[in-house]
Amino acid sequence: MSNKVIYAIYNDDDVLMDAVKQTRAAHHHIEEVFTPFPVHGLDKAMGLAPTRIAICAFLYGLVGLSVATALMNYVMIEDWPQDIGGKPSFSYIQNMPAFVPIMFELTVFFAAHLMVITFYMRSRLWPFKTAENPDVRTTDDHFLMEVAVHGNEDEMVTFFQNTGAVEVKVIEKH
Amino acid sequence: MYTFSSKLKTFSFILMALGVLGIGYGFWTAPKNTQDVEKILAAEEQHHGGHATAEAGHEPHHEAATAVEAPHGTEQNAVVPAATDATTTAAAFPAADSVHAVAEVPQHDVHADADKHTVSEADHHKEHEEHLEHVLHQLQNKPWAALYVACIFFMLIALGVLAFYAIQYAAQAGWSPVLFRVMEGITSYLLPGSVIFFILLLLCGFHFNHLFVWMDPEVVKVDRLIQGKSGYLNVPFFLIRAAIFLIGWNLYRHYSRKYSLLQDGANDDLYYKKSFKASAAFLVFFIVSESIMSWDWIMSVDPHWYSTLFGWYVFASFFVSGITVIAFFTLYLKSKGHLEYVNTSHFHDLAKFMFGISIFWTYLWFSQFMLIWYADIPEEVTYFVTRIEHYNLPFFGMVAMNFLFPVLLLLNTDFKRIPWLIVMAGTVILCGHYLDFFNMIMPATVGDRWFIGVSEIGSVLFFLGLFIFVAFTALTKESLLAKRNPFIGESKHFHY
Repeated sequence: MSNKVIYAIYNDDDVLMDAVKQTRAAHHHIEEVFTPFPVHGLDKAMGLAPTRIAICAFLYGLVGLSVATALMNYVMIEDWPQDIGGKPSFSYIQNMPAFVPIMFELTVFFAAHLMVITFYMRSRLWPFKTAENPDVRTTDDHFLMEVAVHGNEDEMVTFFQNTGAVEVKVIEKH
Repeated sequence: MYTFSSKLKTFSFILMALGVLGIGYGFWTAPKNTQDVEKILAAEEQHHGGHATAEAGHEPHHEAATAVEAPHGTEQNAVVPAATDATTTAAAFPAADSVHAVAEVPQHDVHADADKHTVSEADHHKEHEEHLEHVLHQLQNKPWAALYVACIFFMLIALGVLAFYAIQYAAQAGWSPVLFRVMEGITSYLLPGSVIFFILLLLCGFHFNHLFVWMDPEVVKVDRLIQGKSGYLNVPFFLIRAAIFLIGWNLYRHYSRKYSLLQDGANDDLYYKKSFKASAAFLVFFIVSESIMSWDWIMSVDPHWYSTLFGWYVFASFFVSGITVIAFFTLYLKSKGHLEYVNTSHFHDLAKFMFGISIFWTYLWFSQFMLIWYADIPEEVTYFVTRIEHYNLPFFGMVAMNFLFPVLLLLNTDFKRIPWLIVMAGTVILCGHYLDFFNMIMPATVGDRWFIGVSEIGSVLFFLGLFIFVAFTALTKESLLAKRNPFIGESKHFHY
């Protein structure tokens, strides 16, 4: 079992989109697509599952809201209910308007930061990570589609050459 | 071309007829004199066992005077004998028919002095008479206030749609041109709406009712705070301002519609450019006039109170209602197959606006409330004290309806594309913003005598029927798709 892959390189995002559609229609498995910028509709064309990061963010926001509420309820109402400038500290709801700015900010803070960290973790990004760039030009002006080779290699190379690729390479992957 | 479905037309006529009956019933049953009031009060006393009425009827002044020290101390006042309570009320009453008593402090003191001496039988009788008169004014105001709230609410919805329309033009939005004719249909209500509204203001100005307490010369005579504001708050100037604003808005509506129709048959974009310029100019005029309008028509029912962000707050309220109404009309027309090029992305955008502006409204509501609550300055805080005391459910219920509900429903992207969810969220938003206007007007005009009953519902039904009739009639006049708008192509293919 070889682990050969084809690198089909394009220099236009429209051509790339067409190629992705053709590849999917021909039932070749697309391993990965590298682009220098977001290509609108590429995820749909590739049939990628929608992201769930917004759901995460919502839940993180709820966590932030709970933290803020629990914190201020404990500190301001339960632990030491002082009279500060006549604010009613008898129960949380009575003094709630004063807490809303913090509740809001902590909700946003938790939602935003935890979502970003989730994104980093899920996309495996960190400061000293080695770049996984198959071809340096893909960060500038070229688009690269990586397809696993199954069956007839020459047939696949001609197929990708016909999709408008400017370059088709067969690479042995380790 | 759209044809007004006969079912909908009948429906709107039924609404108007029911509304007229309800409004008429409200005026018919309003007490004519203090004898009627005495009967009502006696009946209530029997009904509530006496105690509750004393508490409810006398609370505002009592509470306002002592401000927020005891916002939850209602119960303690219930034990105070009605006689002494009436003293306080009577003291507060003659100066103003509104519910807050802060400005009446000088008079209050006079009365407090009088209180120290023994209250003679005659005095007591007089105070009782004054209390009756106070309740009479509130009860007589009730059908008027109900009419006023419904009238201003529907007129401002049309204005909100007009503002949205102008923004779409001025911002050269690429998604909305397929909805322009729908918006133009809705804004056609602005003209009849503002005519009725202006007639209402005229009736107020000529003392057919007691909605604006500063219009009553008897009140102004003894109220130094209103005297100080009479350079601004006087009937002729008030009516002139109202006329200028209403004419200004209607002029823009007239010309924008005209240019929009002329652009359909034109060979160049001249009328589009004219519309663009008119929209930009209108938006400048609008934001100034809207601000002043909110002081005049809404804030001045409480002439002792003021708030600087009030104009924005009112704007957010009717703007989000306007967008919701656009969504409703679009969904209805789409479901009947009249809007070929409208797709779920257009709904999605409208729902996003409903969601965003709902939060904007909440932000302003909370900013206004929290700043006043926090500083707790007696002359400002009475506004919210009376609302929390007597309008607790509508006051906080409205926040839940206008904030919590849309936030939870319209947060999800998929939900924003489901018609029945948009309709559900929109219905709650519209009811919530009606309640918002209710909360702004009622406490100052009817005080604790509020109730959402026949006259309130009747008024809403009447204006709803009229709104549906006028807007759908306007929709039948022209094709529902603007033909030569420079952005129409983009709008037809809009997807998100």
